[in-house]
Amino acid sequence: MKHLTTLLICVLTSHAFWAQDYFPKNDQLNESYAVRHALTNVTLHVTPDRTIENGTILIGDGKIIAAGKKVEVPAEVLTQDGSGLHVYASFIDAYTDFGVEKPKANRGGRRSPQYEPTREGYYWNDHIRPEQNAVNSFAYDKKQAEALRAQGFGVAHTHLMDGIARGSGLVVALNDGSTDAERIIDAAASQCFSFDKSTQSAQSYPGSLMGSMALLRQMYHDLDWFNKQGHTTDRSLTALGAQMNKPAFFEAGDQSNTLRAHAIGAQFGVPYILVGGQDAYENIDAIAASNAAYIVPINFPEAYDLSDPYFAKHLALEDLRHWQQAPHNPRVLDQHDVPFALTTFELKRTNEFSKQLRKAIDAGLNPQSALAALTTTPAKLLGKSDQIGTLEAGKWANFIVTDGPLFAAHTKMLENWVQGQVYELTDRGAKKIQGTYTMTYSDQSRTLEISGDLPKLSLSFGVGDSLTKGSVQYTDHWLQWSVKDKMTDAVVRGTARINEVGGFSGKLFLENGSEIPFEAQRNQTNEVKSANSQDPSSQSETLSAGPLRVTYPNVGYGNEALPQAESILFRNATLWTGEDQGTLTETDLWVKSGKIHKIGKGLKAPGARVIDATGKHLTAGIIDEHSHIGALTINEGGQNSSAEVRISDVLNPKDINIYRNLAGGVTSVQILHGSANPIGGQSAIIKLKWGEDSEGLLYKDMPKFIKFALGENVKQSNWQSFNRFPQTRMGVEQLYVNYFNRAKSYQELKNSGTPYRVDEELETLAEILNGERFISCHSYVQSEINMLMKVAESFDFTVNTFTHILEGYKLADKMKAHGVGASTFSDWWAYKYEVIHAIPYNAAIMAKEGVTTAINSDDDEMARRLNQEAAKTIKYGDMSELEAWKMVTINPAKLLHIDDRTGSLREGKDADIVLWDGHPLSVYTKAEKTLVDGAVYFDLAQDQEKRLAMAQEKNDLIQIMISDKSDGSGPKRAPRKRDRIDFECETIN
Amino acid sequence: MKHFITLYTWLILGFMGMAHAQQTPGTPSEGPVTLTGGTAHIGDGTIINKCNIILDNGKILAIGGQDLSPVGTIIDISDQHVYPGIIAPVSSLGLVEIDAVRQTRDDAELGEYLPNIRSIIAYNAESRVVETMRPNGILLAQTTPQGGTISGTSSIVQLDAWNWEDAAIKLDDGIHLHWPNTYRRGRWWAGESRGWTPNKNYGAQTQAIKTYFDSGMSYRQEQPTIPNEAFKALTGVFDGTKTVYVYADGEREIIDAVHQLRDLGVKRMVLVGGYEAYKIIPFLKAQEIPVIVDRVHATPAQDDDDYDQPFKLPKLLVEGGLLVGLNARGSMERMSTRNLPFYAGHVAGQGLAPEEALKLVTGNTAKILGIDDQYGTLSAGKSATLFVSQGDALDMRTNRLTHAFIDGRRLSLETHQTELYERYSEKYRQH
Repeated sequence: MKHLTTLLICVLTSHAFWAQDYFPKNDQLNESYAVRHALTNVTLHVTPDRTIENGTILIGDGKIIAAGKKVEVPAEVLTQDGSGLHVYASFIDAYTDFGVEKPKANRGGRRSPQYEPTREGYYWNDHIRPEQNAVNSFAYDKKQAEALRAQGFGVAHTHLMDGIARGSGLVVALNDGSTDAERIIDAAASQCFSFDKSTQSAQSYPGSLMGSMALLRQMYHDLDWFNKQGHTTDRSLTALGAQMNKPAFFEAGDQSNTLRAHAIGAQFGVPYILVGGQDAYENIDAIAASNAAYIVPINFPEAYDLSDPYFAKHLALEDLRHWQQAPHNPRVLDQHDVPFALTTFELKRTNEFSKQLRKAIDAGLNPQSALAALTTTPAKLLGKSDQIGTLEAGKWANFIVTDGPLFAAHTKMLENWVQGQVYELTDRGAKKIQGTYTMTYSDQSRTLEISGDLPKLSLSFGVGDSLTKGSVQYTDHWLQWSVKDKMTDAVVRGTARINEVGGFSGKLFLENGSEIPFEAQRNQTNEVKSANSQDPSSQSETLSAGPLRVTYPNVGYGNEALPQAESILFRNATLWTGEDQGTLTETDLWVKSGKIHKIGKGLKAPGARVIDATGKHLTAGIIDEHSHIGALTINEGGQNSSAEVRISDVLNPKDINIYRNLAGGVTSVQILHGSANPIGGQSAIIKLKWGEDSEGLLYKDMPKFIKFALGENVKQSNWQSFNRFPQTRMGVEQLYVNYFNRAKSYQELKNSGTPYRVDEELETLAEILNGERFISCHSYVQSEINMLMKVAESFDFTVNTFTHILEGYKLADKMKAHGVGASTFSDWWAYKYEVIHAIPYNAAIMAKEGVTTAINSDDDEMARRLNQEAAKTIKYGDMSELEAWKMVTINPAKLLHIDDRTGSLREGKDADIVLWDGHPLSVYTKAEKTLVDGAVYFDLAQDQEKRLAMAQEKNDLIQIMISDKSDGSGPKRAPRKRDRIDFECETIN
Repeated sequence: MKHFITLYTWLILGFMGMAHAQQTPGTPSEGPVTLTGGTAHIGDGTIINKCNIILDNGKILAIGGQDLSPVGTIIDISDQHVYPGIIAPVSSLGLVEIDAVRQTRDDAELGEYLPNIRSIIAYNAESRVVETMRPNGILLAQTTPQGGTISGTSSIVQLDAWNWEDAAIKLDDGIHLHWPNTYRRGRWWAGESRGWTPNKNYGAQTQAIKTYFDSGMSYRQEQPTIPNEAFKALTGVFDGTKTVYVYADGEREIIDAVHQLRDLGVKRMVLVGGYEAYKIIPFLKAQEIPVIVDRVHATPAQDDDDYDQPFKLPKLLVEGGLLVGLNARGSMERMSTRNLPFYAGHVAGQGLAPEEALKLVTGNTAKILGIDDQYGTLSAGKSATLFVSQGDALDMRTNRLTHAFIDGRRLSLETHQTELYERYSEKYRQH
């Protein structure tokens, strides 16, 4: 109550004076007086790296008038002696939704998805909402302000956390005792973005991460065009244009998403401040190289509940490691000079902040860097360094007062001053009264022990060592307790005003109603007991500041170091060349510098590691033309064409399927967009270099591909959707014609030199017309297959590949004539109506008719044994073994235009090779070694070693978690089994 | 024979376009037939080289070496291999024709406890999917309802029949119980994370199963006059005339299921799935629980699992002394069932002897399903249900059937797929 009174006085005396001077006053006389304050003899932490001992800070009108060693304090200033106290700038939370409520989701029950926007006079996509000004819906939240101040924050940046472009944020001081007029420091301080759609609209596009990325790119193109040529009203782009010079905050998520956002920003000259990256330590070099600034949440994972060992076994190494490694993240960022701010964002409760920050500091984060991450860095990111973040004259009087060095184990924050108004966090008048006292009253002597930390003290009372615990309160200078006296077996109540450390006197209230004065004198020798309760030596070993050991990728089966190209001689193998020589027996193959260096008998290979391959078979690595591994998302079905989206935007190098594919002898795959729409997205062709990041996986000079799709999926006949064109195969044809007509006009306009609106979708389609991009088309039924060839011919291009193509056998002659290749399943059928005529002889018939034919997987599991699938063409259709083998190696290489680099054993080609323990087409055969670019990425023997090492590491981590003291009392998470989404091209996500 | 069928097909196609039904079921051969000179893979782990097999009256009259004199019609299968018909257990074969077409789906009924739901009456003997099993050697199947807690009652059929009644070789052989999981998937549509989360209702769910079986037992002992078809259908599990096929993967779930079903008085029990069964082999051995392992061609359940865990699981169980069979459950399971011999082959690739691997889809499966008096191995007195392949039938590279018999009837190895193959090969020959 006392605090409130103090506060009210402050309100009456100060704010009206410095801010509302032109406001009329009718409820009282318009008179005011602003008291100035000074704190003297304090340790002033002016900036994170400048400290002044015995300094003075003088404030008035909500600002710092002076802070330093020699500050003249005029007589009228209220001066307090702050001996032993430290003063720091208050913290700034640069990423919150403080006082800005997120709109409730509005999704009426619809029969079909909503494709069109709901707004008029705004951007065409409802999830682009830069016109949202957070200040318009801002309602200062005193409760949350108090929670933030308790953690040391004085200022917050807040915005409406809804949509992909979210509009402008505001910067507000957490000053309850004033009004928005004073405390809003900047009403339009920023522009904010994310990858997540708005809850205010159900518009279907974008339905994926890659769709969000494409939409952001198109938004900037559209802004550019709008600025040059805009002749319609678009309140969204108008607002976006006005915000362009403001700091841009991008809520991205994990480190890979922060880099995705960064790439978009870099393309359009917007240096996004990236919110996220709690796992930045996994990819710290790339993050440091980006030069981007980060706002990093510290929602470190809770320990898992391991009480049930059956549950515990479901935990993946990745999850256990993340628990151990995450608290090191701020330290790692700091050590790599990444500019970063810390935030309460993502914490379940604001009051966890100090505990989590403590973990980061225990994990080696330099306290000085922590301070910068909470003061100067966020101030700079917000463009407010001239107003907040340090204790320099002229800035807002936002500072915290502590009883010791900030972030030290026992330091308490006493006060948080915001705009010159004090908010007490701890009773500063409270003395350190913990200790053992000898109490005397009447003729009695007792021992009184006070221990624990404020506000929860504990008290013991008695004679000698025979003490009884009682209840105690210490507030507003008064100590009051109640305890049973063992001597008299009666309850004794006591009260005393604490004026000084060392002793106190007061009154006892005995059971018989008598009131007796007492004296209590502190015993000299006894030390405070409570200090030992958090002995730093008891910190768990999880939080030591040693080097962080990550693998590549940082999951189970990750590599200790990235595999490097070796010089290896395979001696005496059976080579399946895939070339005119067919198989070569008892032949050597020398891999060097990532290439197939030499093939021959009795090769001499100085310096090479020699592997005896007698009785074994050596082949080119398997190539999967149709894969969905290694990607975070597969379908962007929010529109009937999504030519603008790129699978390469959403690669997932941590996907365990990459490793499993290697174990099946696969070395290259095309990751295709799904089949949700007639015109899908752009493919990524990758080499399975397990451990490399997205950039390292992608083919250099990657041939450009796009997925098209025909049939049941694109007309949405297998799920509830009735309002997207096309709904029939007839419509599919016209959709293609329409898009190609538009792409043609677009290209002509572009060629003409007149200004044009950059359209990422039409750019992509124009590339097809120009022969720069190839189509791989999901297809089943002969009618539609023929249709697409005819459409292509009318636009003078050739369809590159029909994938699935289960009725290809019915028109192999026409396919041959058109020049298209085929990539099909060995024996799938009967899963939907359009595949009732699918036959396992399909591949053989097409191949025999001269169509370049491959066998693909479209399936994480089948991909691991495509050699067996190829062998089925021997059973179904009498393919020769050599031709069967080509269907998973050189033929898909040809279809992907990478046959000059891989797909067969020829000197000079990439060393993408597999050593098999037997005939590669046999069901009994295993891949022993898989090399990509001459480096061993899978090795059967190493795999066994990895299993043992993983089991050991998991057990070690589980033991640490079980014995972890720092988290012992904290909340625990139930162990989660990781969810695997196995993508097929029909997966909508 | 093959040419005759091709010609016949052409005639049919000429009149009816593609609207043809399954191949016509075979007729009993007149008099005995002897397959001579092949390598016989008995299905019990042994081989007879240069084997003569005499088939008569639907049975294997005799089997032996060259000293066994051929009788009746002689089919020379020198350099070829002969196998017992492969058996597909816990299969929805014949219950669904096209996965995505709801009108063709008859595999899962509404409700949780449905022991009286019988697959046999919905089994489509004329399914085009079923006929594609035979050219790969799959001649028998346990057609099984799906879904719910107790999905229903299965029956065992042979795959060359005019209708379900003719197809049935063992009616209503068992009920199928899907044991609850200690984990459940996150209800992501309700805002939960997509991952797996502990199933807090596990205890209640297992208790509900107990209550149901207890009630069934009570109903049986009371011999009540009030009709209750569900409990009537459950009765067989208490006297051993029906097997309980219990589907469970986790170590704890398996232990719970076995103990609880034993306590409830279930006589015959088979574990289906058993992903973690290898961790409790001594327990399963002591309890004499056979295991029908789920599809070998599957990805490991957890990211950190061995990449070859599903490949090697049957081998681990066999080496531990358990009776093991293989099934083809999973996505697109009807059409994938024709790969059953290759699943066994892939297990052999992990180091299990090929003849042991063959047992996983023949002899062992017959024992598990309780039809080993007639099926599963090549031995005198048993049904003449077998096939001949030019090469190793467990390897797709060499699996190529020339003859197949079910109960002594020689059946067509053509399918609508071979007909389409012929039809379009002919198209290109004409060009």
